Amino acid sequence: MTEALLATLPLPWPFDREYMQLALGAAVVVGVCAPLIGVFLVQKKMALMGDGVGHLAFAGVAAGLLLEVAPLWSALVVAIIGALAIDWLQRRGRATGDLALALVFYGGIALGVVLVSRSGAGSLSVVEYLFGSILTVTPQDLGLIAGLGIAIVTMLALFGRPLFAAVLDEDAARVAGLPVDATSALLSVLTAVTVVAAMRVVGVLLVAALMVLPVASSRLLARSFRGTLVIAVLVGVLSAVVGLAGARAWGSAPGGTIVLAATACFGIVAVGTTTVGDAGRRRRTPPDMLIDVQNPGALPPHGQQTGRTEG
Amino acid sequence: MSFTLPRGQFAALVGPNGSGKSTLLRVLLGLLRPTAGTVRCFGMDPRRLVERGRVGYVPQRRVLAPDLPATVAEVVGTGRLARRRWWRGPQSEDRAAIAHAIEAVGLGAATRRPVRELSGGQQQRVLIARALASDPELLVLDEPVAGVDAESQQLFRDSLVHLVREHGAAILLVSHELGAVADDLDRVMVMKRTIVFDGPPDELVAGGVSLGVHRDDLPLWLEGIE
Repeated sequence: MTEALLATLPLPWPFDREYMQLALGAAVVVGVCAPLIGVFLVQKKMALMGDGVGHLAFAGVAAGLLLEVAPLWSALVVAIIGALAIDWLQRRGRATGDLALALVFYGGIALGVVLVSRSGAGSLSVVEYLFGSILTVTPQDLGLIAGLGIAIVTMLALFGRPLFAAVLDEDAARVAGLPVDATSALLSVLTAVTVVAAMRVVGVLLVAALMVLPVASSRLLARSFRGTLVIAVLVGVLSAVVGLAGARAWGSAPGGTIVLAATACFGIVAVGTTTVGDAGRRRRTPPDMLIDVQNPGALPPHGQQTGRTEG
Repeated sequence: MSFTLPRGQFAALVGPNGSGKSTLLRVLLGLLRPTAGTVRCFGMDPRRLVERGRVGYVPQRRVLAPDLPATVAEVVGTGRLARRRWWRGPQSEDRAAIAHAIEAVGLGAATRRPVRELSGGQQQRVLIARALASDPELLVLDEPVAGVDAESQQLFRDSLVHLVREHGAAILLVSHELGAVADDLDRVMVMKRTIVFDGPPDELVAGGVSLGVHRDDLPLWLEGIE
C-alpha cells in the first residue's frame, strides 16, 4: 500500500524516483520524532542518551544476525531493555548521570562486536546499521518506521505535560502527584524506539545528532517550550529533506549529509541570533547610556562574577 | 519531635545549616521515607496522598533551568496538573486559575515572557505562582526569599497573607531569612536536630533573635539555651 501510494507522487528532482520517495518518507518521520524526544532529553541533561541507546541497538542488530531474526526487531527489544536499564541505574543511584550512559555505551558496542564475530555474518553486514542505508528502505521498512513514529507522537501527546513538569522540576512534579518514574521510563522507551526508527536513516553512530542538533537550534530561537518543540521539528524535517537532496546531488552518504545539514542549521542560527541580538542591543541602547570606563580600578578582579540584578 | 499544623496558620521553621530543616521538609512532602515515627498530611501518609493539589511546594529557586525556553504561563501551568487529569488539555477553569496565580504574584504583564529573561526575584515569584495554581490548602516553601529583592519580597508577602486570610490555607515556611513576612507569622519553630522552640514570634524576638535576618543571632541564641 505504501509502495502504491508513493509511486503515484509526482515529486520533482531529487525526489522523482521511488527509492528517493521511500527515503524521504523515512527521513521526514525521523526528522519529526527525533527532535521531539530530544527536547526532553536535552532539558533532562541526557543529550547523549541517544548515543548510548544507539550502541545497544547495534548489539541488538548483531544478536538478530546471530539468531537469524529480523535485526530491526531484535534491535528494538535490546534497545528498550537497555534504555530502561539506564533509567533504573540512574534512579537507584547505582551509576549517576553520564556514568550510566558510559556503561551501556561501551557494553553495547563490545557486545555487538562479539556477537557479530560469532554470527559469521561479516562486518559488512552491520555497516548499513552503523551508518544508515536510507536509500535501501523498502515499503515494509517505511511502514514500520511510520508506525513507530505514530506511536512516539501519540505517547508524547498523552504524556507530554507531566514529562515537561518532571524535566522542569522533578521534586515539584512528585509533590503534585505526577507519575514521574513512569514518565521517565516512558522517555527511555521512546528514545529506544526513536533510535531504532532512525537506524536505517542515519545509522546508530549518528542517531543522537538528530535528537540534539535541531534542539540546540530551536533553543536559540524559541521563546516558549511549545515553540521549542515546533521549531525543533521544523529544523529536523528541514535537515532531513535538505540532507537527502544534497546526498543525491553530490553522491555523498545520506546519513552523514543529513547530520551535516542539521549542523549547518545550528551554525546559521547561532551566527544569526548573535548578530541580530547584538544589533538589537545597539539599537535599544540610547547614546546617553553608553559608559566610558576611565578607572580600571573600579572593575571587579578578573574572573569575578558581578552577580545578577534583582528586580 | 512532634508538631501539628492546623488550617489557616502561618508558621515558619528556622534553624542553622545542618539542623535537619530540609530533611524534615522532604519527609513532610513525601519525597523521603521517615526512618522512624510517622508523618500525616491531611490524615494520610504524604506519599499516598490522593488529592495532591491540596499541597503546594515552592523549592529553592536554583531548580529553574537558566537556559529553558519556557514562558511564565507554561511553568505556572505545570502546577495546575495536580488538580486535573494531566493527559487532557487545560480547561477554562484551569486557565483562570493559572492567570489568577500569575496576577497574585504581580507578574500579569509577563505571562508570555520566557522565564530565563526574568530576574532572580521574578523567577522566584513564578515558582510561588506555580504552587498557588493548584489552590493549595497547605503551602510549603523552602528558602523562598533568600537573595530576593525588596519589591519581590513584598509581593511574596502579600500573596502569602492573601492565601492565609482569604483561602484559610496553612503555610510552612523554611528559611534562613524571614524578611518581609516576619511580622505576619502566627508561629515560629526553631530546629536543631529536634524542635527546640515552638511558639509565637514575639517570644523569640524577646530572646534577642531578629526574625527578619536571623543568620547571625540565631546560632548565638541556640548556644544560650544549650
